[in-house]
Amino acid sequence: MSLDPATIRRIAKLARLHVEEKEVVRLQSELNSILGWIEQLNEVDIEHVAPLTGAAQMALRLREDAVTDGGQQEAVLANAPERVGDFYAVPKVVE
Amino acid sequence: MLDLSIAAASEALRRREFSARELTQAHLEAIAALNPRVNAYITVTPEMALAQADAADKALAAEAPALTGIPLAIKDLFCTAGVRTTAGSHILENFVPPYESTVTANLLRNGAVFLGKANLDEFAMGSSNMTSAFGAVENPWKRRGDDTALVPGGSSGGSAAAVAARLAMGATATDTGGSIRQPASFCGIAGIKPTYGRCSRWGTVAFASSLDQAGPVARTVEDCAILLTAMSGFDPKDSTSADRPVPDFRAACGRGVKGLRIGIPREYRPDNLPAEIEALWQKGMAWLREQGAEIVDVSLPHTKYGLATYYIVAPAEASSNLARYDGVRFGRREKGEDLIDLYERTRAAGFGAEVKRRIMIGTYVLSAGYYDAYYLRAQKVRALIQRDFTEAFRKVDALLTPTAPSAAFAQGENLDDPVKMYLNDVFTVPANMAGIPGLSVPAALDASGLPLGLQVLGRPFDEETVFAVGAAIERGAAFTHAPRLRAGASA
Repeated sequence: MSLDPATIRRIAKLARLHVEEKEVVRLQSELNSILGWIEQLNEVDIEHVAPLTGAAQMALRLREDAVTDGGQQEAVLANAPERVGDFYAVPKVVE
Repeated sequence: MLDLSIAAASEALRRREFSARELTQAHLEAIAALNPRVNAYITVTPEMALAQADAADKALAAEAPALTGIPLAIKDLFCTAGVRTTAGSHILENFVPPYESTVTANLLRNGAVFLGKANLDEFAMGSSNMTSAFGAVENPWKRRGDDTALVPGGSSGGSAAAVAARLAMGATATDTGGSIRQPASFCGIAGIKPTYGRCSRWGTVAFASSLDQAGPVARTVEDCAILLTAMSGFDPKDSTSADRPVPDFRAACGRGVKGLRIGIPREYRPDNLPAEIEALWQKGMAWLREQGAEIVDVSLPHTKYGLATYYIVAPAEASSNLARYDGVRFGRREKGEDLIDLYERTRAAGFGAEVKRRIMIGTYVLSAGYYDAYYLRAQKVRALIQRDFTEAFRKVDALLTPTAPSAAFAQGENLDDPVKMYLNDVFTVPANMAGIPGLSVPAALDASGLPLGLQVLGRPFDEETVFAVGAAIERGAAFTHAPRLRAGASA
């Protein structure tokens, strides 16, 4: 499976990464080289194998549905690039 | 004073041979002298360190906790309240966390002094520390008669270089595919990745959540045990944190290996394994045999698929974790024509080339139509890798392998080919896939004078046996070499 330039642009869009036209060729070659190397997994027999999602070897815990923290507007907003009052500010989304 | 182990410094502090302030001051002076060249620290916090040292001097009067007055470096992936935490990335270059990670909070509660934040590959993605947005780290070790700048390994390259150069007595690190053990091997020090779940991930910048695990690096196995005991413990804020008691790992270092069965996985011997590494491995087996262990051949048949599996699973999780860097809530922001353009330009400017590559691979393998072919298949191969270890640990108590397929390489090497760089992690990645503990112990110098490490792997939550075997390797190796670039030595 080899990625074409249109697919590279589509992946970049999905990943929300701005890609200049001149970067597409380089990315195409790098990603195809990595994916080509990954193809070796196709030779493994995975019939009747259940996927392993994590290494924790435990069931996730349940906890009480209770508020344990909150009321920290200043701490939460302290690193905001732009804020208006108690809100994050972004460019206008709706006209 | 700077050459002491944590165990020895701790006793000396209690005997009042020197004060915590003197010990911290000596480290700060060493950092001021050497860090401009080594670049092991991104941020140094002298005022905070001296204040913590003064508090330690007061506490030492009473029954003080294990790490009271011990100066440490903190990998810049652990959030530290009020101290900039960058993850080695431009996208977080001005991020000041309002909270403390659980691991660093545990260390502070144990009396540790924090000297500053250690350099790393961007978002811990790399094996050379070359992807840091804050510049490369120079390995304190040099080839004999050669001043070429070598890499310290990665991603915890700053942590390992700081400890090797005597710019800290120990350091926190993290390991997603080998990022504690490979730099420990390259820098001639010890480092352990504990069992997944042993150290809380809360407050540590996430890379691949099912693989990420914090652990210590230090100059002796015993020091790693002391640090790990302090860092570990159940944390309700991390849903995968293990709710089980933390053993006294330091005590386990003295257990010995008499009667233990040590497995030698035959698949860890690729055709191109350097003869020196093979010879060192044989020496390791001899050291353990001499101390009463039995050496047993074992097979981990899916070892060769570990790396390819990793390079699906880790980028997939990274692409999801790193979606949070949007230029809106924290971190860097670039101007855009609209909100989408703001996201895209912020992320393009804030992330480096390796991080972008992994986000793109991860996005692709999770995208509609390719999920089954890549991600689901990788999760199934991961199950087989874990099963290999489970089978092996029915027959043996621990495994012995080389840590890395080479000694430290030069800055700039392996940069042209991402896959070649990835091959550095061939012996370390399987432990992350299975969640088992792995310790690297400095064992010898190669012909050019660079350190090589041996790796001990153990059963889940049996770090005690791993420490026992690691300490036995350390006794056998009697590794007393020090790097050329270090505090107190004339470069």
